[in-house]
Amino acid sequence: MEKLYNISIFTENSVGMLNRVTIVFTRRHINIESITASESEVKGVYRYTIVAQMTEDQAKKVVGQIEKLVEVLKVFYHTDGEVVFQEIALYKIPTKMLANRFDAEKIIRAHHARILTVESGFTIIEKTGHENELKGLFDALVPFGILEYVKSGRIAISKPMKTLETYLEEMSNN
Amino acid sequence: MENNKIRGAEVVMKCLVAEGVSTIFGYPGGAIMPIYDALYDFRDSITHHLVRHEQGAIHAAQGYARTSKTVGVCFATSGPGATNLITGIADAMIDSTPVVCITGQVASHLLGTDAFQETDVIGISMPVTKWNVQVTRAEDIQPALAKAFYIARSGRPGPVLIDITKDAQFGLTEFEYKPFGEIRSYNPSPKLDVEEVKKAAELLNRAKKPYLLVGQGIILSSAEKALVEFAEKSGIPVASTLLGLGAIPANHSQYVGYLGMHGNYAPNVLTNECDVLIGIGLRFDDRVTGDTSRYAKQAQIIHIDIDKSELGKIVDTKIAIHADANEALQELTKWIEPKKHYQWIQQFRDLEAVENEQIIQNVIHPVKNELKMAEVVHKLSKKTDGRAIIVTDVGQHQMVTSRYYKYKESNNNITSGGLGTMGFGLPAAIGAKLGNPDKMAILIVGDGGFQMTIQELGTILQSKVDVKIIILNNNFLGMVRQWQQLFFEKRYSFTDIVNPDFCAIARGYGLEAVKIEERVQLDGALDDLLNSKSAYLLEIIVEQEENVFPMVETGASVSEIRLS
Ligand SMILES: Cc1ncc(C[n+]2csc(CCOP(=O)(O)OP(=O)(O)O)c2C)c(N)n1
Ligand SMILES: [Mg+2]
Repeated sequence: MEKLYNISIFTENSVGMLNRVTIVFTRRHINIESITASESEVKGVYRYTIVAQMTEDQAKKVVGQIEKLVEVLKVFYHTDGEVVFQEIALYKIPTKMLANRFDAEKIIRAHHARILTVESGFTIIEKTGHENELKGLFDALVPFGILEYVKSGRIAISKPMKTLETYLEEMSNN
Repeated sequence: MENNKIRGAEVVMKCLVAEGVSTIFGYPGGAIMPIYDALYDFRDSITHHLVRHEQGAIHAAQGYARTSKTVGVCFATSGPGATNLITGIADAMIDSTPVVCITGQVASHLLGTDAFQETDVIGISMPVTKWNVQVTRAEDIQPALAKAFYIARSGRPGPVLIDITKDAQFGLTEFEYKPFGEIRSYNPSPKLDVEEVKKAAELLNRAKKPYLLVGQGIILSSAEKALVEFAEKSGIPVASTLLGLGAIPANHSQYVGYLGMHGNYAPNVLTNECDVLIGIGLRFDDRVTGDTSRYAKQAQIIHIDIDKSELGKIVDTKIAIHADANEALQELTKWIEPKKHYQWIQQFRDLEAVENEQIIQNVIHPVKNELKMAEVVHKLSKKTDGRAIIVTDVGQHQMVTSRYYKYKESNNNITSGGLGTMGFGLPAAIGAKLGNPDKMAILIVGDGGFQMTIQELGTILQSKVDVKIIILNNNFLGMVRQWQQLFFEKRYSFTDIVNPDFCAIARGYGLEAVKIEERVQLDGALDDLLNSKSAYLLEIIVEQEENVFPMVETGASVSEIRLS
């Protein structure tokens, strides 16, 4: 059965790594829903979070083939239940609409969003959460006239506790 | 200090010498000229063979790697030179052949500008290399090359490409050779899990019909001796994949044959009857397994491979051991109980008799009509006692060779397995001969595939390589024609091929060349070929519309293998 998997990939920081990793998905015709990359808690080690729909069997094989790449340190796959994850969205709204409507404050409070900046022409609102929550605020803001909307990919941290450094040590002892 | 500095191009040459490289296959061009210029000063320590097309360079490097058991090396220029390597790189990737390709690249300030002969060879080769890197500074060349050789030859071997910009080749740097240490993200020698090996041994000790399948992993890890010891102690019958042929001598009493689509009858059929199946150093390719949903379902499967991602990739395993084949086999032998499986092996022999009667005898001892491929290969196998290096191209002649040449020694079977690359044969044979000059190297090639890299006769001429060539000429792209006959109602769409006078061409390149059509000529013609002192071409006209059987059709189970 297909479901969303969160694939966490720890790699060395070398040119073209992201390309090498995505080739593994492309070859198997797996569509990547979101992808984020940043340095991890270990200096020099990068962490990609890739979210994609697939079967567990596919997830296992994809993980195996990514881990085989020379510069990849470690790869994990998790279902949504096994990770804490978050996304961030920015909404650009005409400032006059915000000022005119009596329910603006209520909506922003109810969605635990915050205002980043207010300019004469537009206001930027930020919200973090799960995709459906971000969408919820989007829907609520539609009557205001959304000028622009952008959402990040997902970042995820797994619940089981074992640090990357432990893995790195285990690998060097092998 | 400036005087201690040398050019990046010279660094390349010094690294190659330090890595023990004595042979290079290549073709020059603008972006690799500094390296070729440096090579000129290293002519005493390194022999460069000028090929006639870069595809020839990579296939020759592959053949060389496989018979010499070292890393093959090739040079090509940027752009078209580099792209011409790609087929061979893909071939080396899927067949786990260690090669290092060095390509020239435009100067670094031109990268990304669509400069003359600029191609993103790193991007193009990424999916088909084990690792690749672009070097833009002279001081980065030494570490990159050391890493390249280390990666190419360690773990599951494979092709590596180093793309060096022209300014890096010209740039000055100090040189000190530092062999590569290790890469923390890469573990080419996994620690053997002895507990798992014990479990595997227990499973095998309790088995009534245990069955061992071996692949090229045995050869790559030099586990031939450990394999025979394990087989003889355990009494387990052994079958081989295409690339595993020669890992165990074909005349060994426990060897039961060749697996897969055109393999032997018994080893395919009995795959679906064994109770414990152990596969070592093979990847359960679909040409071996047929329909995987009906592959050895009754058996508990043990899989040993050095590439962790192969474990569980195709077949579900009861025990998966991530290990070097040699190490694993030696450990397994300690825990296995001495046994004989006479009755079980007899089952193989009984089916072998069926195949022998229905197919083999008819093709190795035909009495009438045209010559058959199988009788040629059978005779050659006898005459060389199964000990020559045999290189093949791809097609019917390849399948016939793997069926009828009885490999008694390892590292002698050079063929394109996973990619099935027509055109592989001739250049690979050149490399194979140079990689082990003491052995005779014989190419068996089809009339179609020979023309895909026929220009490499020029390399034979220039480098005086003693390759014996046998063209099995059926005047067809035979393997495709066979499929058209069997599965496309004999609609021979573009598989009949009009051929040139092969002998005239060969003579043009300075080879001795002979053509035969009659059975009575065969013995003498083969003897002449084997006794010749230099490169030689023998064209043998064989039956046009012969089919290779047995055959496991696409989608069929291995036990549904057809005898006709
Ligand atoms: C580069 C390449 N192109 C096409 C094919 C498909 N193909 C496989 S076997 C074959 C026919 C080979 O003909 P020939 O070399 O005459 O050998 P034969 O089968 O007749 O022995 C073809 C076209 C291939 N394997 N490789
Ligand atoms: Mg042919």
